[in-house]
Amino acid sequence: MANPARSILHVGFLLAFSALAGTGVMAITHYHTKDRIEENKRQVLIRGLTSVLPNVKYDNDLIEDRITVGGPDKPGANKSLSIYRARYQGEPVAAVVTTIAPDGYSGPIRILVGIQYNGVISGVRVVEHRETPGLGDAIEAERSGWVFSFDGRSRQNTSPPQWQVKKDGGVFDQFTGATITPRAVVKAVHNSLQYFEMHREELFAVMENAGTADNQQKKSAAASDEMHAETKQQVK
Amino acid sequence: MTSVKTIVYDGLWKNNQALVALLGLCPLMAVTATAINGLALGIATTFVLILTNAVVALIRNHLKSEVRIPMFVLIIASVVTVIELLMNAYLHELYRVLGIFVALIVTNCTVIGRAEAFASKRSVHHSILDGLFIGLGFTIVLLLLGAFREALGYGTIFRQAELMFGEAASHMVITLADDFDGFLLAILPPGAFMGLAVLIAAKKAIDTRIHHRQRTIKVPNVQRVTDSNAPDML
Repeated sequence: MANPARSILHVGFLLAFSALAGTGVMAITHYHTKDRIEENKRQVLIRGLTSVLPNVKYDNDLIEDRITVGGPDKPGANKSLSIYRARYQGEPVAAVVTTIAPDGYSGPIRILVGIQYNGVISGVRVVEHRETPGLGDAIEAERSGWVFSFDGRSRQNTSPPQWQVKKDGGVFDQFTGATITPRAVVKAVHNSLQYFEMHREELFAVMENAGTADNQQKKSAAASDEMHAETKQQVK
Repeated sequence: MTSVKTIVYDGLWKNNQALVALLGLCPLMAVTATAINGLALGIATTFVLILTNAVVALIRNHLKSEVRIPMFVLIIASVVTVIELLMNAYLHELYRVLGIFVALIVTNCTVIGRAEAFASKRSVHHSILDGLFIGLGFTIVLLLLGAFREALGYGTIFRQAELMFGEAASHMVITLADDFDGFLLAILPPGAFMGLAVLIAAKKAIDTRIHHRQRTIKVPNVQRVTDSNAPDML
């Protein structure tokens, strides 16, 4: 019979070795796939941005023209959020706000909101969520037409109490068996729209020469530079 | 010596993991709202089964019985993570559809079950074959259940096929009924239980019928019972 201490040691080494080998294989795979995964994510982002600006004519590179905003009144649950700006011949035409609805049924819901310069929503897409399959996932454009009910809405043609699901007295449908999910999305879209309307001029002004001594603009310009460095890294 | 024929028959029919062993039911129920989702997860699971079976069979002589389970878990977790990363890189659209369920293959009891019951005792090539056919058996059930639920729930089969096979496959969608409101229950979780129950019952009915036929041939003077559901014939 083998000595028990030796046997325990043997088993320990065996486990440690397996863990090492497993981690090694994972690390190698991760190393070789990470660039491709990044690129895939970028492609998905481009497609997402394009899909929420269906009838908007623009000629700039959306991914490059991005700012990050913070501040207490910004919508969404994330610390800072990215806004991509669409311009046509230098004139601002629309923006895509990437927001997060914190109060989904099973965790946060990531949403893209395309808003034209005049405050009319051009499109909304849910890009990531963990809502119940078959119930809450009807917020996806592939599964139902629900997200298209935001198209053409603005704060002018839809009053604040109407920015709710029908059950709460608003104009947006809820789903059978799922009210929390659409409620969270409607709220997040509305918050983004409000934020956009309140800060529209500053949001688009950032790229222009920060000649004015406006504090707010300087701050945003700095954030924008930071963002660009980050974007370039990603592209590389 | 395990014959290839037994491995095939066991994997696809006699010991079908979803219909007989009733393992891996969590992903089975969760993703089968459509046929394509079922097919995709089934194929991913098959790859995991083949790889884990191969690795376990390779190192079977170095396993210590006290720690074999943690080692299986380590192997399975590594293989699933690698497959998840590869899918994320090369089949990104599909990866996005299946979401968390690719990672959850780790928790599919079929995988650890085959490692323990088969791969840790058999040769590498038999284990690979076992992984392949157990996986195929599982995939067929996922596909059938998905098609069944999708037909009732959406009135189509193979919707969103383009996610898996590219844009060219979007014509694969078979529309059974136009202007169909959909039977919501079928795509909700209870629909999964009912659909699976129907499949299990169908398999049992077929088994019983085969059993009867064999008995009838062996003992010709026993009157043949026409009711194929009679359980006491066993």
